[in-house]
Amino acid sequence: MIFQPAALALLFAASLNALLLGGAGVFALHLLRYWNPASGGERQIALERRTWLVSTLVGLALLVSLPALALFARTADAMAPFFTGAMCAVGSLQANAWGLPALLAQLLLFFLAAAWLIINHLDQLGWDTPLIRRKYLLLLILAPLAVIQAGLLWLYFLNLNPEVITSCCGSLFGPESGGVASDLAALPVDGSRPLFFAALLATLATGGFFLATGRLGTLFGVLSGIQFLVAIAAVVAFIAPYIYEQPNHHCPFCLLQAEHGYAGWLLYPPLFLGTAAGIGVGLATSARGKESLAETAPRVARGLARLALAGLGGFGLAAVVYIARSNLVL
Amino acid sequence: MNAWIERQRGLIDFTVANLARRKGRNLGLFLAYALLVFLLASVVLFGDGLRREARLLLADAPELVVQRLTAGRHDLAPEAWLEQLRGLRGVGAVSGRLWGYHFDPTVAANLTVQVPAIDPPPPGRVLLGAALARARGLAAGDVLSLRDHAGKPYAFTVGGMLDARSELVSADLMLVNEADFRAFFGIEPGRYTDLTLAVANPREVRKVAEKVLARLPAARVLTREETRRTYEAVFNWRQGLLLTFLATVLAAFALLAWDKASGLSAEERREIGILKAVGWDTGDVLKMKLWEGALLSITAFLAGYVLAWLHVFYWGAPLFAPVLKGWSVLYPSFALAPRVDLEQLATLAFLTVLPYVAATVVPVWRAATLDPDEVIRE
Repeated sequence: MIFQPAALALLFAASLNALLLGGAGVFALHLLRYWNPASGGERQIALERRTWLVSTLVGLALLVSLPALALFARTADAMAPFFTGAMCAVGSLQANAWGLPALLAQLLLFFLAAAWLIINHLDQLGWDTPLIRRKYLLLLILAPLAVIQAGLLWLYFLNLNPEVITSCCGSLFGPESGGVASDLAALPVDGSRPLFFAALLATLATGGFFLATGRLGTLFGVLSGIQFLVAIAAVVAFIAPYIYEQPNHHCPFCLLQAEHGYAGWLLYPPLFLGTAAGIGVGLATSARGKESLAETAPRVARGLARLALAGLGGFGLAAVVYIARSNLVL
Repeated sequence: MNAWIERQRGLIDFTVANLARRKGRNLGLFLAYALLVFLLASVVLFGDGLRREARLLLADAPELVVQRLTAGRHDLAPEAWLEQLRGLRGVGAVSGRLWGYHFDPTVAANLTVQVPAIDPPPPGRVLLGAALARARGLAAGDVLSLRDHAGKPYAFTVGGMLDARSELVSADLMLVNEADFRAFFGIEPGRYTDLTLAVANPREVRKVAEKVLARLPAARVLTREETRRTYEAVFNWRQGLLLTFLATVLAAFALLAWDKASGLSAEERREIGILKAVGWDTGDVLKMKLWEGALLSITAFLAGYVLAWLHVFYWGAPLFAPVLKGWSVLYPSFALAPRVDLEQLATLAFLTVLPYVAATVVPVWRAATLDPDEVIRE
């Protein structure tokens, strides 16, 4: 199983990420201990030089993590025929205990790496690297996460056993499973639909207000994060059934398949990018207080806000179009 | 945003000029890089193409195949089994198949002899697969003489060729009618090579298989899903094995890239020193160096991928075909349906570009953090 080319590629990328970020994590400990901008000593200069390497490495990790996320979802989907009972990525991911945690860790890694890069960008804009401690504290979370993610991925691929009978998405999102997934699927449409559009509109409106006045940036960041969770819940609760035109099919992974017009590939990337940029607006706004960033942070925040509005707006638009086109009446 | 794009454009301009100035050195790296992509991409493209063909073929296969086992070996199934299976709930059409192998000393290969379920050729006539017809130099109307089970010559008239598009499965195939088949192999009437069952509801296939086994304990039941899984696993495994071997090539390439990136000439070091002295900061030099790697990666990746694509889809993948296809005497010559898919591209990029970037990032950083004062003084 592990001999699948895509699996080899994923394992290679994750291991490399773990190695690079793990090394960066060790450096972060060192830096947090010895960093002293007032000093002109040799150690300080070496540290300053090394920060360039670390930011390049994390940038690389982020660059890899989004395609890796997509490739992982696709590979899990393509492996479904190997497992009795599996019909899409969910079945393959549930073939052992490590699949879903590996995917979630990958998702978290993407958002954290995006946040780190935004903080890093701001930090490099200020002449006194004002966010350096914040940045390296975050790296202390990012590095172990990358190691854990690689570990989970190895455990997942090494322990795949085609003899295992897994369950398809119908049972994960069905009433019997009794977990978060089935609770999401069971959300009443009458309540969740207005809630989703209210959350989306509130987020977009806050973003627009921020662009117009430069205020409420932090709120926009927080709302973007919440909106992401609401959006995922909404996909499971009603957007997916609308696309499948089946009231009982809630799977967010089957959306990635050709049978459903690759709808997932239109919905998820803008949502992910929009959310990451939106959270970035919050981060940039909160950095405004630093003296050296008073001018540049708002500018960065505005650029990110535009990106976030485009992403979230694109996601909302795609969802509205899919719902309007659907023959399903919920 | 515009300023940012302008800045990157400036950097790219500078980098391209830089690359062009050191043509020989960069060309060597480019060739090694493109060769690596070519090798890996050929394996991935060819394996995926084969897998897709197998999947298409199996889509029309019967849901269940029942074989009789005697002392653990495949044996001919009696006609009485057909009746017994027809009574099972959930089973649609049940039919017996006749097929077998015949060793032909002239081409020194095993031929697959089969009775087609629909439109069997008239008595005495045979339809030939294209590779077999090529090997024997036969055309429609010629006589094909083979020795039957008793060693006596048995003459068939070639009725025609099988569609060359299906050559992957029909390369060594010979289609005959039932009477000729039984006479040629000496199989008495009422016996079949194996039996096929159609099951209308795919979710019942496993249950029906269990029922067949309960009713016919001497049978072996093969499901279509299992067959498909086996094919996928075999192709995956072969492909993965080749890729693992190629990992050594990958490691060698990473070493080469590392070496090239870290061995800065005195001239290059001075250049970086001067750039820094005229106001570039570490970030700018780093960006320029990363652009250098990115441009090289993009061009080498494209070149390697396009070559691999041609190699697999137009030239029949002569380098890897024997390993990936399996071992056989009569090789089918077939063209895989050309296709580009994003998943494949991502896989390949992960396997080739990532090692390059990983190997060069530290040397690049070293170069970018050179102290201008120190370098210019050297």
